Amino acid sequence: MSELRLLDGILIAALGWLLIGAVGVVFPRRFTLISKILFPLGAAIGIVVALLALSAMMAAPETRQLPLGLPDLPFHLRVDALSAFFLFLLGATSAGISIYAAGYMRRSEGAQLGLQCLLYHAFLASMAFVMLADDGYAFMVAWETMALTSFFLVTAEHRHEEIRRAGYLYLLIAHVGAVGILLSFGVMAGSAGDYTFDAMRAFSRTGIWPTIAFLLALFGFGAKAGALPMHVWLPEAHPAAPSPVSAMMSGVMLKTAIYGLLRVSFDLLNAQLWWWGVLLLVIGLATALFGVIYAAIQTDMKRLLAYSSIENIGLILVGFGLTLVFKSFRLPALSALALTATLYHCLNHAFFKSLLFLSTGSVLHATGERNLGKLGGLIHAMPWVAWLALVGVLASAGLPPLNGFVSEWLLLQSFLFTSGLPHGYLNMLLPVVAAAIALIAALAGFAMVKFFGVIFLGQPREEKLGQAHDAGRLERIGLLWLASGCFLLGLVPHMIIALLDPVAQLLVGGGLGEVTPHGWWLLAPIHPDRASYSAAVFFGSLACFIPLVYWLVHRFLHGRFTRVPPWDCGFPLQTPRMQDTAEGFGQPIRRIFTSFLRRTREHPSPFDTAPRYRSIVEDPIWYAVYLPVARLVERATRLIAFLQQGRIAIYLMYSFVTLLVLLVLTRG
Amino acid sequence: MNAYAILAQLLELATALVMAPILVGWVNQCRAWMQNRSAPPLLQTYYTLNKLFHKEVLLAHNASSLFHSAPYIIFSCMALAAAIVPTLSTDLIFSPAADAIALVGLFALARVFIALAGMDVGTAFGTLGARREMLIGFLAEPALLMVFFTASLISQSTSLSTIVETLAHKEIAIYPSLAFAGVAFTMVSLAENARVPVDNPTTHLELTMIHEAMILEYSGRHLALIEWAAALKLFAYSCLGIALFFPFGIPEASDPLSLTLAAIILVVKLAIGGFLLALIETLSAKMRIFRAPEFLGTAFLLAVLAMLVHLLLRA
Repeated sequence: MSELRLLDGILIAALGWLLIGAVGVVFPRRFTLISKILFPLGAAIGIVVALLALSAMMAAPETRQLPLGLPDLPFHLRVDALSAFFLFLLGATSAGISIYAAGYMRRSEGAQLGLQCLLYHAFLASMAFVMLADDGYAFMVAWETMALTSFFLVTAEHRHEEIRRAGYLYLLIAHVGAVGILLSFGVMAGSAGDYTFDAMRAFSRTGIWPTIAFLLALFGFGAKAGALPMHVWLPEAHPAAPSPVSAMMSGVMLKTAIYGLLRVSFDLLNAQLWWWGVLLLVIGLATALFGVIYAAIQTDMKRLLAYSSIENIGLILVGFGLTLVFKSFRLPALSALALTATLYHCLNHAFFKSLLFLSTGSVLHATGERNLGKLGGLIHAMPWVAWLALVGVLASAGLPPLNGFVSEWLLLQSFLFTSGLPHGYLNMLLPVVAAAIALIAALAGFAMVKFFGVIFLGQPREEKLGQAHDAGRLERIGLLWLASGCFLLGLVPHMIIALLDPVAQLLVGGGLGEVTPHGWWLLAPIHPDRASYSAAVFFGSLACFIPLVYWLVHRFLHGRFTRVPPWDCGFPLQTPRMQDTAEGFGQPIRRIFTSFLRRTREHPSPFDTAPRYRSIVEDPIWYAVYLPVARLVERATRLIAFLQQGRIAIYLMYSFVTLLVLLVLTRG
Repeated sequence: MNAYAILAQLLELATALVMAPILVGWVNQCRAWMQNRSAPPLLQTYYTLNKLFHKEVLLAHNASSLFHSAPYIIFSCMALAAAIVPTLSTDLIFSPAADAIALVGLFALARVFIALAGMDVGTAFGTLGARREMLIGFLAEPALLMVFFTASLISQSTSLSTIVETLAHKEIAIYPSLAFAGVAFTMVSLAENARVPVDNPTTHLELTMIHEAMILEYSGRHLALIEWAAALKLFAYSCLGIALFFPFGIPEASDPLSLTLAAIILVVKLAIGGFLLALIETLSAKMRIFRAPEFLGTAFLLAVLAMLVHLLLRA
């Protein structure tokens, strides 16, 4: 070991995060130290990780053994293009979130602060170790650390009953999922008992085993990602957590599940079946549609974003499934296109969703309200947060020239021209999936207009909103970092796609190749005659037109204006209560998609002097899947409860009988 | 990229900016004739724009910076959209920069801004209009994309120029899928341009309005820009319909002669198209707002059907 390698650099950076956490917990009451030094330091480490990962994407894979863990079971670490990409995502996003968190901390939190600092940085480090792990054991240790630290972060305000409940649900589903992952590793390792990823790659399974391994992994990672029907924890846990933690969980942690599933399906398993891809497509579409419909009817701003995260995970899974289909039919160029769209969307979602979660954090701090029905008009008091959130909103709605549009464009492109598949029905049905994606993207626009319009525009719905204050300096820097990420990812797509090329080479054995042979400004992944998009020209012309029109109008006409009361068709009485509420805005969706929703309504009688109207929309899957399962488990436990007699003699007899049975069995 | 491409591009933008208000005037004139009213002059939209541009802007007390900037953004989006659609030539400098999907994205960007501006002042009408506009939007947008995809599958390209070149200049073939797509496109265009039977451009003070409700608070130059942008949108949609379904006569080259010829053909086509639009508007009645999802759902299904028809016939 003569020179310092990239892997070592990333490792040291991750240990640096742990060290920051340790310092924080040693000096729990030093507010200035924690918020003004430790968190910005964590952000700096994030940037370092992102830069190292960027160079690791271009470099050859590196491996290393750590003499930690159990005897004879050292941790294997490895960084290749895939893990480097996700490390880049982690580093780049966490830099923005950490610097925001530095400004978000409040002195009143007291000794909690040190603990939060430790948990937050351990969470970051464990995610880095998930990406680095190269054997099943190290992976599971890092995975569980990630689940536990995030659980404690979610339950930071554990005095609230509902937050405890959300945390419990999260912990439960995370662990049910972890069992799936563990079993999947078990199947892939076979009977050899060697849990390194190298051994799994080399071990070729036949028959039904690869399918079992894939399905177990899909179950396990799907639970973490929030795929249907394992999504129920997401809209509970995300709103419960402090905003930087929600941003981290939604932006980055969900992507670790995507990373794991990519690792298992493309790297550890050496052959893929086409119907795995179709299964993922179906799950992804269902997840995305469900997520976006529920996002559009939420009345709590963080729940709305949580459902929107479910939608985006669905879109990512759709792209993933398409990649699997193409890969199984050995179409490297098309699978590279679909994979690029998938990974690009992971990166985009990390940026815009963190940005949106952080802006809800600022709103929450300024107003103390999460309920959309009590917000409104905040663009006047909080212009910084409002305009930066607008960037996130436009990106999330998939509008050009921001980043969300590019990945949706790539995804639609990869669905449109699938005529090469040797499978008639698939050829026919895949372009129709594009129709569903178009619907989902348009609905996302609806949800995002509702989110922004109800929070930041209109008249304040409560008196106290007038005193709201804008975000502090550090918070602004964090938001700005993420917003410029949204711009940058949207404006230079060809550079990002070139960066993704090694990942595509690694996973699907083909890349998009040189994407810019037709000029640096043009993105044409297949051929410019077939499809092309140039964000630079697009943005450039808008950026020229808007000031030009403004200048022309003001130069040759006039710029006079007078402030008057709103016109509103001459209607004299206007109160903030006459605006649409969040419920009102979601009403068309509730009405059109009635059959998807579980709704209970209470109408007041016409003679009621104090009428109350209630409309509650609940998750039908909770009633269709979870409660029956819970009842089943309860009944099963009641059935076997007779074993538990509470007398030691009986337990001893159980042991004795078991021993006898085993002896008889092994003898035969 | 050559000098003629730049010339064609500039000419096309100028044509769109000049012709869009005239197209609106023409539709209004045709409608008035058919309804036995005396028609306003063809240039009436220009007179209105002129009047509005010179008037003072009255801003509501709590109108934010977003409210000021939205008209400029919306106008620029629509101008760019009109520049992207190939009308006079397929050899344009903007055509590789944005394909059909990006065009839909551009319309969506303008829609989001106009909806947000509608919510900004916080009046009952504004938010109502914004909500309805987004409702129409999320129903119409996928249908529009599907229409484009049907045309894209025929030409194996989402680039508008390539689509037009394939449909206009390759071997003559009849595409049954385009018939379905054409009906779907007409329905979407009616909804997107706030026309009867989905919305009524002349209505005011009615609970049924959509587009007008959002822009109630605008006045003066802001209103002028928004009205002009709406005219540009109608122009862009008409040209899209022409480009997708009646592309004959759009030249591939952009020398002055073919540009002139193309301009004459375009005017004739637009005159016919405007007449048909007025006819549809005269013959149909405004629907209740919750019939609009059914109307647009039909458009979406027709567009998906168009795509399936194409795939079935090819297989």
